Amino acid sequence: MTVLVKEKTKKEMEPRQKQEITGAEATRPGPVFTPAVDIFETESAITLLADMPGVQADGLGIDLRDNVLTIDGRIKRAEDRGEQMLLQEYETGSFRREFRLANSIDQNGIDASLSNGVLRLTLPKAEAARPRKIEVRSG
Amino acid sequence: MILKRIPSLPSWSTGFRDLDEARRDMERLFDSLAGQTTRRSAGVYPPINVSEDSDSVYIRAELPGIKIDDLDLTMEDNTLTIAGERKQANEDDSASYHRREREWGAFRRSFSLTSRVAADGIQANYLDGILTVTLPKAAEARPKQISVQAGA
Repeated sequence: MTVLVKEKTKKEMEPRQKQEITGAEATRPGPVFTPAVDIFETESAITLLADMPGVQADGLGIDLRDNVLTIDGRIKRAEDRGEQMLLQEYETGSFRREFRLANSIDQNGIDASLSNGVLRLTLPKAEAARPRKIEVRSG
Repeated sequence: MILKRIPSLPSWSTGFRDLDEARRDMERLFDSLAGQTTRRSAGVYPPINVSEDSDSVYIRAELPGIKIDDLDLTMEDNTLTIAGERKQANEDDSASYHRREREWGAFRRSFSLTSRVAADGIQANYLDGILTVTLPKAAEARPKQISVQAGA
């Protein structure tokens, strides 16, 4: 007899439309999208994860000045491959997003890696911005 | 005198590439006016793009941050199924989240293929977060060059 084990119900992914940036035009033609990001903070660093499918390391630009972080990813467009589109459910384009950081960041310690279309950016907090424990003396 | 009043004519030296780009921009404009920014979306994850050249048909999907082991492609009775799961990363417990926009979960999408595709030659490749399934066209579906002979 076969026993059917019911699989634990998994969360299903929902298709979500890519958010296109409107406003100031880029100098290169084509749409620019806002990458979905996760940002979390620990005592020592702020980490940012961004979904940027199709972006390779040489097409990635990260810039931090005056506490404004800009991430910028360019992709090779499908039209450049000499193929003809039959069905298009998503559009391809560059990615760009800016964040204003509240904490001061140790610029020399910034680390960025790109793997399977996900950017992982570690921004270590500057020594002055780290929480310090202040001892209270009784007496 | 008359010529002077004609506004600057488009320069044809820009080539067809730019015209093609302009046409796409127009299409995108009309689409956004009609309130449909993505065309013909099936409402199933992942959205796909299908394109072709003379040798193959390509199915592409943007699937960033998935481990190859968590991707499952199957071919059964001319039905191609792309399934998989994007797992939620376990970060440091002490991490406090500012934003959490990146989605995770399981997905499954199937396509019926026509006989114009050579099923045994299907290849799949995952690079930079994009899955590309290459479906080679069957010999009879490829464009054939017909040579023209000079009449005697």
